[in-house]
Amino acid sequence: MAIDTVMWSKLVTGMTLAFHVIFATLGVGVPLMIAIAEFIGIRKKDPHYTLMAKRWTRGFIISVAVGVVTGTAISLQLALVWPNFMKMAGNVIALPLFLEVFAFFFEAIFLGIYLYTWDRFKNPYIHWLLTIPIVIGACMSAVFITTVNGFMNQPGGFVMEAGQFTAVDPVQAMMNTATFSKVFHVLSSAYLTGAALLAAIAAFTMLRKGVSAYHKKALNLMMVLVLVFGLLNTLAGDVSAKFLAEHQPEKLAAAEWHFETEKGADLILMGWLNAQHEIIGALHLPKVLSFLAFGDFNAEVIGLEEFPKDEWPPLLVHYLFDLMAGVGFALLVIALLYFLFVFWKKRNELNKWMLRLIALCAPLAFLGVELGWFYAEIGRQPWIIRGYMRVEEAATTSPSIRILFFVFLLLYIVLGTMCVVVLRRLFNNNPPEVEMEKWMKEKRNQSIEKGESTR
Amino acid sequence: MSYELIGISVLWLFLYGYLIVASIDFGAGFFAFYARWTKQDHLINRLISRYLSPVWEITNVFFVFFYIGIVGFFPDTAYYYGNALIVPGSIAVILLAIRGSFYAFENYGSKKNIVFLFLYGATGLLIPASLSVALTLSEGGFIVKQGETVSLDYWALFTNPLSWSIVGLAIVSVLFISSSFLAFYASRAEDHAALKLIRGYALFWSTPTIIIALTAFIYLGQHNERHFQNMMDLWWLLALSVAFFMIAMWLLYNGRRYGLAFICVMLQFFTAFFAYGIGQYPYILDPYITVQSSATSPAMGMALVVVFIGGLCMLIPSLLLVFKLFLFDADYVKGKK
Repeated sequence: MAIDTVMWSKLVTGMTLAFHVIFATLGVGVPLMIAIAEFIGIRKKDPHYTLMAKRWTRGFIISVAVGVVTGTAISLQLALVWPNFMKMAGNVIALPLFLEVFAFFFEAIFLGIYLYTWDRFKNPYIHWLLTIPIVIGACMSAVFITTVNGFMNQPGGFVMEAGQFTAVDPVQAMMNTATFSKVFHVLSSAYLTGAALLAAIAAFTMLRKGVSAYHKKALNLMMVLVLVFGLLNTLAGDVSAKFLAEHQPEKLAAAEWHFETEKGADLILMGWLNAQHEIIGALHLPKVLSFLAFGDFNAEVIGLEEFPKDEWPPLLVHYLFDLMAGVGFALLVIALLYFLFVFWKKRNELNKWMLRLIALCAPLAFLGVELGWFYAEIGRQPWIIRGYMRVEEAATTSPSIRILFFVFLLLYIVLGTMCVVVLRRLFNNNPPEVEMEKWMKEKRNQSIEKGESTR
Repeated sequence: MSYELIGISVLWLFLYGYLIVASIDFGAGFFAFYARWTKQDHLINRLISRYLSPVWEITNVFFVFFYIGIVGFFPDTAYYYGNALIVPGSIAVILLAIRGSFYAFENYGSKKNIVFLFLYGATGLLIPASLSVALTLSEGGFIVKQGETVSLDYWALFTNPLSWSIVGLAIVSVLFISSSFLAFYASRAEDHAALKLIRGYALFWSTPTIIIALTAFIYLGQHNERHFQNMMDLWWLLALSVAFFMIAMWLLYNGRRYGLAFICVMLQFFTAFFAYGIGQYPYILDPYITVQSSATSPAMGMALVVVFIGGLCMLIPSLLLVFKLFLFDADYVKGKK
């Protein structure tokens, strides 16, 4: 099969986003965890939590670096790979892009200060206060950039005149109908993923090196957050499905393989399609799709038949959607199971199988994020701006894009590998117990010095 | 003043800001590598990393800020430059990616590695070289529009002395700006050994800066008569630039008032950069894009200006805090904190 420049453009952008979203999700999710750990550490006067915040920050900064550079890459690729899109949509989406940079600027400034001022303030709360602009900056940059994605799905805030967007109202474009559900889902899943990753690291370490007080505390704290954000994320998923049913029915219909408009529609899980678009081997849950889409078992759900066939999203998205939802539920179930063990005293919540399940949460959470974004992007096809501009109209015509695909692929392989190598080196030979001892010793020496100087 | 004029002025100011902070960063990377290579790293590398560690991300954001701003205010630039710059732009992206991440790997990772430092130092010179291509292109004659396709005439670009002199100017300026800043930082830290070494770098790179600047100016005259004449009309700005350069040189040579010397270097580039920018006005890309023809709608323009002012109200205090903590806190600079 010959691949044309449009396909290469899709591949380059898809690859960059798939790589970037790992680090972007961490960038949004982890600061909140750091802030919570540092706060508890000060509040309870428990150095374990403070050490958690310190260690997480040290790992976090590495992932931020990769996130920053891949973020720069994707922002430039918007113009380099999709020049026609930027020319047309730039008039409308410049505002959120600009705001995103500001939010990130804010975050970057305070992250720099936070990193290098651990022992510079007498009152530990002042240092903790620095986490607030970081958490807010990270959260707001996710919000702003998600409004852009919302705009691509639900364009609004302009009048179309002679192939140009005129009478632009940038604020209205940001507050499009897709924004709320998307922002909610992106934030809840990012916090869920951050907590799941840190819980999984604690579980994984305890599996290999035995139970320790530090990791036990980290695990417990993070599992609370996995549960909280797992619940919120499920709610966000539900809100998103209801939004799609109302405003973008073809995207939901493609994800559910729902071809004919009907009342009391079944929910179809997995299965496959034959040449006549008949569904084989799937699990049917009667009337559940209607319930999920409208909160009413007999509501009418619009099917794909109502759309011209060349505007159908690829039917493959069904699997992306089902797997994403499956991952979301799996995380929630694992968290519930953990707390069942915690409260049911006879059972040890740190048993091997439980820890293994929790360790599995990290890859699952990232898989869920990837599947969700692939569903969001592929489900919008063939449009880049739904109803106004098709993907092939937006792409560059330069044939160099093919070579660039491989160059960027190489770059991401190198960055990804180096990131893992550096992180392993940073933590493998430096377990928290050793670091704790060193830190306490330093503290003692300092207080002795101070004692001498006042004498 | 119309919003598109405010927009371009602000963006130009930001690009100037990027020029300064990025030059310090890029040059410092090169010097760090060079010092390791010549086994003098014990003198200056701690000093360099004390300055760079808290600020490198901020530098990167300056660039994205300028880029998003220009695409936002003038969407046509995305179309022309995007189409024409797909290859050089991607190279710059890759270099920036290598640089940023390897800086973090080297600095926050536990083990020091000369390969990381080499990549970091080498990209510090290659990035300004590749970014400066955009300035060359804006002079016109390299981006060709035939029908609906926009492309870059690589042969014309690579055989033109103007593009090479601008590349040379970018590299040399980076080294000069960076060494004069680091001299100031070393003098604040009262690190005499480092100061001696860095002051030598600054003096060494000063003369080539002014020579290549003049060369580029002459080639500009041959390539784009209009731009050259406009700049000649702003002769007083250029004269000021030379005057600031002389003061900076005199201070560096006599080894005193390094802070003032660095301010003079900043002013030297400020006046030259604005003479260049005002001379190019109203074109963003000669002859296809002008400030007026490509401006976004007034509603968006106003929204961007409002956001910009609001954003500055948040950013300036935060930046001052950074400066206070890391640049003007004598104990931090000396490594006591």
